[in-house]
Amino acid sequence: MAATPADNSLRKPARRVKRKPLRKRFALAAYVAMIPMALTVVLAYLGTMLWTLRTSFTNSRTFPSTSFAGVSQYVRLFNNDRWMLSLQNIVIYGVLFIVACLVIGLLLAIFIDQKVVAEGALRTIFLYPYAMSFVATGLAWQWILNPELGIQEVLHRIGFPNAHFDWIMDQDRVVYTLVIATVWQASGLVMALLLAGLRGIDDEIWKAARVDGIPRWRVYTNIVIPMLGASLSTAFILLFVMVVKLYDAVVAMTQGGPGTASEVPAKFIMDYLFGRANLGLASAASIVLLVTVLAILAPVFYVRSRALRLRGSR
Amino acid sequence: MNSIKKIVVSVVAAVAAIGAAHADEPLKANVIHWWTSGGESAAIKQFADAYDKAGGLWVDNAVAGGDQARSTAINRILGGDPPTAAQFNTSKQFHDIIDQGLLNNVDQVAAKENWDKIFPPSIISSIKVNGHYYAAPVDIHMPAWFFYSKPVFLKAGITKEPANFNEFIGDLDKLKAAGVIPLALGGQAWQEKITFDAVFADVGGPDLYLKVYRDRDVNAVNSDAFKKVLASFKQLHAYVDPGSPGRNWNDATALMISGKAGVQIMGDWAKGEFTAANQTAGKDFGCFPGFGPHSPYLVAGDVFVFPKTDNANAIKAQQLLATVMTSPAAQVAFSAKKGSIPIRPDVDASSLDICAKEGIAIMKDTSRQLPNPEMLVPPDVNGALTDAITNFWNKNESVEDAQKAFASGLKS
Repeated sequence: MAATPADNSLRKPARRVKRKPLRKRFALAAYVAMIPMALTVVLAYLGTMLWTLRTSFTNSRTFPSTSFAGVSQYVRLFNNDRWMLSLQNIVIYGVLFIVACLVIGLLLAIFIDQKVVAEGALRTIFLYPYAMSFVATGLAWQWILNPELGIQEVLHRIGFPNAHFDWIMDQDRVVYTLVIATVWQASGLVMALLLAGLRGIDDEIWKAARVDGIPRWRVYTNIVIPMLGASLSTAFILLFVMVVKLYDAVVAMTQGGPGTASEVPAKFIMDYLFGRANLGLASAASIVLLVTVLAILAPVFYVRSRALRLRGSR
Repeated sequence: MNSIKKIVVSVVAAVAAIGAAHADEPLKANVIHWWTSGGESAAIKQFADAYDKAGGLWVDNAVAGGDQARSTAINRILGGDPPTAAQFNTSKQFHDIIDQGLLNNVDQVAAKENWDKIFPPSIISSIKVNGHYYAAPVDIHMPAWFFYSKPVFLKAGITKEPANFNEFIGDLDKLKAAGVIPLALGGQAWQEKITFDAVFADVGGPDLYLKVYRDRDVNAVNSDAFKKVLASFKQLHAYVDPGSPGRNWNDATALMISGKAGVQIMGDWAKGEFTAANQTAGKDFGCFPGFGPHSPYLVAGDVFVFPKTDNANAIKAQQLLATVMTSPAAQVAFSAKKGSIPIRPDVDASSLDICAKEGIAIMKDTSRQLPNPEMLVPPDVNGALTDAITNFWNKNESVEDAQKAFASGLKS
């Protein structure tokens, strides 16, 4: 469909005068083609968001109800210790997860970019964890980190009887075990994205730097990494989305425990939606989460689009 | 040519067979449940067979996980494609659906089978709302049995079951001295809550228990008696191994089966694990529902509800299901596989194990029956209380703070 107008204009150059209306028709076709997606966005995404917003102001339990309860669900939400702890956990987790993934992913990408042998095999190995579901990752790491089965036990058996590594059982450290497991899974993706970015950098830059006698690490820190801006911000957004929707890894690894020490907002919402049958409170929590995400991502998108526009006008 | 003829003949025969089957019109019943593990699916098969034999056609809709199964049922009810029957726990989980007028009652069956007389009052209070029966109970589970390994008790020099909480602590000390894990606990919030409720019923007594859970009396939570309950519960923390947090309940049972642990507080479904390991109740492991001969007996279980429909055949199927599932023969066959006890006393219990027999005997004494918390508070309150208890268990939290957290959970 999209190719037809172009074909017409090629075959019948005499009708070139009518090019403009043709293009208009082409635009119309594009809009028609977009209708299904637009409807999906408007009805499925925006529609459900508005529905959730409405539900959050009602006292819905198992079923959506229409009896409005003002902001009482929000009051209850922010008086809920578990919700506050979930927010605190997701901030700690999010910062550590994103930083660790970016740093490890970048180092892996640079390492592979050194024209190492068996590059293809290494790339596959590093990207492989990403092919696993968070549930599988969570279960595997639950066993690895379990002091009676995993790392600690292995260390005991090979002659370090005093080795101590039971973070997954520890109220104060269990969040870090979530970081370890999910970084293991996601840093390969960052590596793939950044490697593509590195490969896109012109060889002439490297030649010029070599001529000037600039050390390799300085080329990376001062020239290459700034040029990776677009890849890095894409990676950041992907990682950020993973942080917000963190749920399955927690369920598989710790079930939010010990106690409520590794609870996260998505799990809070799921628990109250289903097991605890309180749609109102779950909706209020979803809206708070959505607003928080928008508040963080909006500036990022703004800066990104401004940078693109500036580059375009140059 | 010949083979084509054969195919035609067989197709015609098949169509004829379908037609014939259609003429009988077995009552088709779409049943949603979450019994997917080995013992559980063997148990539900007893119902399916009994229903088929009674002239129905059981269409099995097993959904793994209680939460998932319940939300599937609710979504199908809301979406206009209700199942014939759906499993819920004997609790307030389905009371919202009743309030919305989305369930058929089974008063006809209840009247015919005399449910008022044969079912225990604690069960009736959950399934009879505004004078109508909205669910068919199918089993009684006691969620807080004390299971213990007989050889481990022998090794630790414990000769009799503890008669009160202090004796229990004494036994745990002996187990600790014998070098085993005294209390096998899976450190997941719901298991900690079960442990707490067992201590609550036994140490606090039924009156306090009902004041807190049924009447939601904050003064009762702030009382010294409740403080003692919390302190006794936390006392058990010293007898749990460091590997407890996050452990599954069946892994905790396995610790006892392999002789590494002494006691586990768990629902009677744990018997399935012992059976799978070829251990027999009374010989390899023992069970007691609480301390002493008058200990309270927590009552929980499962029911099937019947979503609203006007289809006469579907209603007939619902009535038949309710009749078959609660019939004495199906009850015995089901309980033997499930590890639960039958919901009616007039059944032949000789095929059940000694724990189930003890349970049936206790159920005859209504004063010992105590509804489990889920039958008394709505799911979100129960969840908030579970959060309070798991925090108290896992954190270094004072009893006073736990009291406050519990009270605010009760008010929510």
